[in-house]
Amino acid sequence: MHSEKRAPLALKLAAAGGLVFLLAPIALIFVYAFTTEEKSFRWPPPGLTTKWLGVTLGRADVWEALGLSLKVAAISTSIALVLGTMTAAAVARSRFFGRETISLLVILPIALPGIITGISLRSAFSLLEIPFSTWTIVLGHATFCIVVVYNNAVARFRRTSGALIDAAMDLGADGLQTFRLVILPNIGTALLAGGMLAFALSFDEVIVTTFTAGNQSTLPIWMLEELIRPRQRPVTNVVAMAVVLVTVIPILAAYWLTKEGEHTDGAEK
Amino acid sequence: MNSAAIFPARSGLVARAVDWMIRHPAMFTFLMVLPISLWLGIVYIGSLIALLMQSFFSIDEFSGVIVKEFTLGTYAELLRPANFDIILRTILMAALVTLASAVIAFPIAYYAARYAKGKWKALFYIGIMLPLWSSYLVKVYAWKLVLAKEGILTWIFEKLHLSWLLDGILSLPVIGGNSLSVSYLGTFIVFIYIWLPYMIIPVQAALERVPGAMLEAASDLGATPRQSFRMVLFPLALPGIIAGSIFTFSLTLGDYIIPQIIGSGRLFIGQAVYVQQGTAGNIPLAAAFTVVPIVIMGVYLWGARKMGAFDAL
Repeated sequence: MHSEKRAPLALKLAAAGGLVFLLAPIALIFVYAFTTEEKSFRWPPPGLTTKWLGVTLGRADVWEALGLSLKVAAISTSIALVLGTMTAAAVARSRFFGRETISLLVILPIALPGIITGISLRSAFSLLEIPFSTWTIVLGHATFCIVVVYNNAVARFRRTSGALIDAAMDLGADGLQTFRLVILPNIGTALLAGGMLAFALSFDEVIVTTFTAGNQSTLPIWMLEELIRPRQRPVTNVVAMAVVLVTVIPILAAYWLTKEGEHTDGAEK
Repeated sequence: MNSAAIFPARSGLVARAVDWMIRHPAMFTFLMVLPISLWLGIVYIGSLIALLMQSFFSIDEFSGVIVKEFTLGTYAELLRPANFDIILRTILMAALVTLASAVIAFPIAYYAARYAKGKWKALFYIGIMLPLWSSYLVKVYAWKLVLAKEGILTWIFEKLHLSWLLDGILSLPVIGGNSLSVSYLGTFIVFIYIWLPYMIIPVQAALERVPGAMLEAASDLGATPRQSFRMVLFPLALPGIIAGSIFTFSLTLGDYIIPQIIGSGRLFIGQAVYVQQGTAGNIPLAAAFTVVPIVIMGVYLWGARKMGAFDAL
């Protein structure tokens, strides 16, 4: 059995080194959130304190930025879910003129560097004299969120047998019933995964946002301003830790949730 | 409700519309792709084209007003040494980052795909997913902490009595600098870190599809580990590597935030675009700059498609 074979030492070392490289910087964030040092990034920290947690909780600008980020991510994800699923349904279920073009079109916003999407939207807004608002941010975000929903949905549609849909219809379900009772349960988890990814992408996006945001600050824009002109390093440290925590919890949850399935997969091999 | 084989037409506007669509599959397809075509085909592609058109305009050097007449002069400006350096620097950085990412990603992906079991599998999963899903800016910030002159890396080198090595690296021309956080080397490391998961995932997916029996067969037939890597494993992983390289290459080409926060202060394409459209107000030149990555990625994607990289995504 190949699985019983031991890995060569060099491979083990390289893989372990890679893991340390990937995880250590994130772990460091947790230490810096409690440092008493305010003016520099000194290591080791001269002392530890929890004072800055309270200070950060009381900062209105942080809460405002967080609120805007959540709002934008929620709206963009909803748009992406609808458009991505529709496109995936068409591309996976039928062959039509321009099908290849559509699948390329959907990939384009993430294949092209974000700055291009950003600057072209910005110059379009200024040509059409559209003022910057939450909606201009949403427009930019939805454009690149569609692709992740689409990718997940199209893969699932391909694996879902078309005969299922035909059977539902033959048995008298109407189009909406078929969608609700047959299609949706089949693609549900794919949409959930795609939607989560789209939400995370939007929540974290900074490059396109700098071009489409005007004076509003999403959380990433707030972070960026702190990075370029640090005003309060300790608060930034705490915000950074909070953002990491928010991402760790869903990843761990997703891992525990899918763990069962993985074991069954392994047993089949 | 209905027991007849052929159902009577249903009443209700929605139901009738749905039924009608089902009887006309072409119409169904059309309606399904209409919104995306309007959104991406008109709003997005329209904006891209509007931007590209501006690259054929020029800016009046004295008044700063955009002259709306066709000219290739703006593109000629790209060839000026100052601008051309920016382009070369960015492409070189993107190529090096892609190469280094592939080299670092491969052992991680291979171990995770073939050997990791139980607890280790979980650790690899988290090790790849956590940096992937963590906020981009938080990751950049973490590296600012790591690379700072008073930071942990300097401290580690000191504790290992290797300060001379770090100083030696920093005193190298071009890639060195005052500290790692203001050097090309720092920019390079951070780029690799940020895009590495995008390389690991497709490579791991490609490697997971390689049957273990195939490698055993190679060694049974007398291949040395080196030979079976070169002639069996690597060719099978290649579509995954190319798929990953689309991300690492494209993302490095367009990024303007990492070199701004960790770097020597010399511009990359993204920063040049940002500066030209913002403070300089020279939209035509900014647009001409953006054409460079578009053309490069167009060629790259076309090549990747030829090599079957899209199946590995």
